[in-house]
Amino acid sequence: MTAEAAMLPENAVKDADFSAIDKARVIEALSRVLPKTCLMHVDEDLRPYECDGLSVYRQLPLAVALPHTEAQVAAVIAACRALGVPVVARGAGTGLSGGALPHAHGVLLSLARLNRIVSLDPVARTAVVQPGVRNLAISEAAAPHGLYYAPDPSSQIACSIGGNVAENAGGVHCLKYGLTVHNVLRVRGVTIDGEIVEVGNAALDAPGYDLLALMHGSEGMLAVITEITVKLTPKPQLAQCVLAAFDDVVKAGEAVASVIAAGIIPAGLEMMDQPATAAVEEFVHAGYPLDAKAILLCESDGTPEEVAEEVGRVCEVLSAAGATEVRVSQTEEERLRFWAGRKAAFPAAGRISADYFCMDGTIPRRRLGEMLLAIQAMERKYQLRCINVFHAGDGNLHPLILFDANVGDELARAEAFGGEILELSVSLGGTITGEHGVGVEKVGHMCAQFSDLERNTFFRVKAAFDPDGLLNPGKAVPTLNRCAEFGHMHVKGGQLPHPDIERF
Amino acid sequence: MSDMQQVWVERIRAAADTGTQLRIRGGGSKDFYGQHTEGAVFDTREHRGVISYEPTELVITVRAGTPLVELEAVLAERGQMLGFEPPHFGPDATVGGCVAAGLSGPRRAAAGAVRDFVLGVTLIDGRGDVLRFGGEVMKNVAGYDVSRLMVGSLGTLGVLLDVSLKVLPVPVAEATLRFEADEVRALKQFNAWGAQPLPITASCWSAGAMCVRLSGAAAAVEAAARQLGGDRLEDAAATAHWAGMREQRNGFFGGNAPLWRVSVPSVAAPLGLDGAQLIEWGGAQRWLRSEADVRRIRDRAAALGGHATLFRGKDAATAVFHPLAPALKTIHSRLKASFDPAGIFNPGRLYDGL
Repeated sequence: MTAEAAMLPENAVKDADFSAIDKARVIEALSRVLPKTCLMHVDEDLRPYECDGLSVYRQLPLAVALPHTEAQVAAVIAACRALGVPVVARGAGTGLSGGALPHAHGVLLSLARLNRIVSLDPVARTAVVQPGVRNLAISEAAAPHGLYYAPDPSSQIACSIGGNVAENAGGVHCLKYGLTVHNVLRVRGVTIDGEIVEVGNAALDAPGYDLLALMHGSEGMLAVITEITVKLTPKPQLAQCVLAAFDDVVKAGEAVASVIAAGIIPAGLEMMDQPATAAVEEFVHAGYPLDAKAILLCESDGTPEEVAEEVGRVCEVLSAAGATEVRVSQTEEERLRFWAGRKAAFPAAGRISADYFCMDGTIPRRRLGEMLLAIQAMERKYQLRCINVFHAGDGNLHPLILFDANVGDELARAEAFGGEILELSVSLGGTITGEHGVGVEKVGHMCAQFSDLERNTFFRVKAAFDPDGLLNPGKAVPTLNRCAEFGHMHVKGGQLPHPDIERF
Repeated sequence: MSDMQQVWVERIRAAADTGTQLRIRGGGSKDFYGQHTEGAVFDTREHRGVISYEPTELVITVRAGTPLVELEAVLAERGQMLGFEPPHFGPDATVGGCVAAGLSGPRRAAAGAVRDFVLGVTLIDGRGDVLRFGGEVMKNVAGYDVSRLMVGSLGTLGVLLDVSLKVLPVPVAEATLRFEADEVRALKQFNAWGAQPLPITASCWSAGAMCVRLSGAAAAVEAAARQLGGDRLEDAAATAHWAGMREQRNGFFGGNAPLWRVSVPSVAAPLGLDGAQLIEWGGAQRWLRSEADVRRIRDRAAALGGHATLFRGKDAATAVFHPLAPALKTIHSRLKASFDPAGIFNPGRLYDGL
């Protein structure tokens, strides 16, 4: 079937070529709609924007636009649309998959200056915020009312809510409180046509298709977000954390399943392996047992009665599952210390290694032990170290592959290591990304997870919002040609798709 | 590929080639819902059964034609349930219909809606392509969230083959409390309670009385029941009350006047429209039995920040669902055309022209 017959946009087959774009004309068009202080186009000014949290990929954009208002956002988009220029939206730039990596011939549209909490209604338990507001700032503003914003990605001190929506960010409390998509009621944004759209509303549902769900995790490829209504959650009266040590990673994995099987939905359920515990212990002194092969952190929250009952049951289940030691936090200070180590895992990796890749595969919980053993074998195969922290309750893995990009072929080995973890995640019945997004990092691995037909659907969904493919082109969904080059084919029933395409 | 799947694919391809409209139908329990649609009935009930169920994963994958009662029985055996407490509206309701209609029951405000529990779907689009999106894991951001897009799309985008749903443990304890209250006080009280960390999992008000259901650990339910006061319903009466609410068997839902579902922010002022009213979801879902003018109802719902659906008692002259803003309408039309280019699936059931 030709692209036309399948109603496929051309950019579904191969990446569009934007190299003919004239920088001077773009700057001229943008300077007509933006004040001088909101537009940068000299290389040294662009440098801070050349990468996001995934710094191994770097690219200078043509220009950076830093609008203050939604009207300016719309004007920038309209100007880019008129000239056929790609637009890459960026929040705080903490993303770990390169979703905000600039386009060489595109405009980087920073939403950092749209950073106001527009309103907060403690009775309705909602807040209307601009996309540049930091995740933690919402909870801070809600705290005087006994409320908070539940999703807490580890970068919550810095990451912005607009980026959280774009990536459908998670955190350590998702099993009980949901992901970003479960905690956002409404998104307002600008389409590539320069039109303002509102999906969702302040009620619990909206008429028509669930475009609100579609916007979550869409990586800035459907519209540019200018305002968000988030749900606020009453702060639990009490939280307590159980720390359990295991002498075997497989046992620890099985203990996770046992907790869920007992009908318990903990507020957080995290796992760290021995190398991860050692790395953070040196850094934050959380008091973790260093002789354990793996530790679990299991948090319970709610009313004091609820917590007491649940913690009792959690301790029983973990002991029965073979824990060599079970500690219950006795004070808030101790609870925070238990968590301090887990939250310091990424910085700790940065401290003991020049570079690291943070993987984000998600697998069925019952396969955790199997995955950990496979990763140990990969460490030997690629001659690289990997420390493992998991959102075990969700089956979401964050293996941190340690390497030094300046040493030999370590970068290439680290990439291959990561790729193998992702492909194993898919074959264990999971996904290549649980909460970090595909971005540029995992775009090739999308070929393994989705068939051509499924990827075609993604391209058509995008075209319904962005027919010319100008919003964040080249990210998240690989073209047919790119999958052919990548070589990781999604093979169904033993048949190689597209036997007519040349492969490299 | 199962035989049923292949049969369906061929039927859809033939329908697309000839422009034959199909009316996708499970048990027909929600035939009343949505706009009128013409077409040859595409019965999904032959494709049934649980594909996989792993209680420790909190996930079940079932074929779309599986009766909802069968799914709920399988979960109940393992002490689990569907968190969104879906209405059945008849003994033959299927899982596919539940997802396509996207209707949630009393627990919605506390636990989430159908869309919040859908983890993955397999569907056949209007080209006859079999597509799988999402999966069986809790977190998955690979690709656009097409699974959730199917929820509430009323079969206009594709035929569901199977669905993966997140499930929850059945709460250990429950208690239902009843209070006398007028509408204003009930709304105020629902919102005040909502802002506190209380284990409230359902609420309703009608005719001068409000009820709330508490669920969770036994000690937590008892402590909250003591804190809130009110009259406690016997367990059997409580179960019957919430089931009656979910299935719309309570007295309020009788009668012949059109039934509107007005979805507004929980803090929205009283509707102030003619007709009888029943409020759920802590104030966010307001059922209205009213002969009032459609425009008046829709304008009021919009002014309060929500929308109004003509849930039962549709007539040919009235759009069932709240009109969309022009920019959103364009996106809807393009999405419909991309999934169903020949326009064969449930045409017009959601909106005219979709």
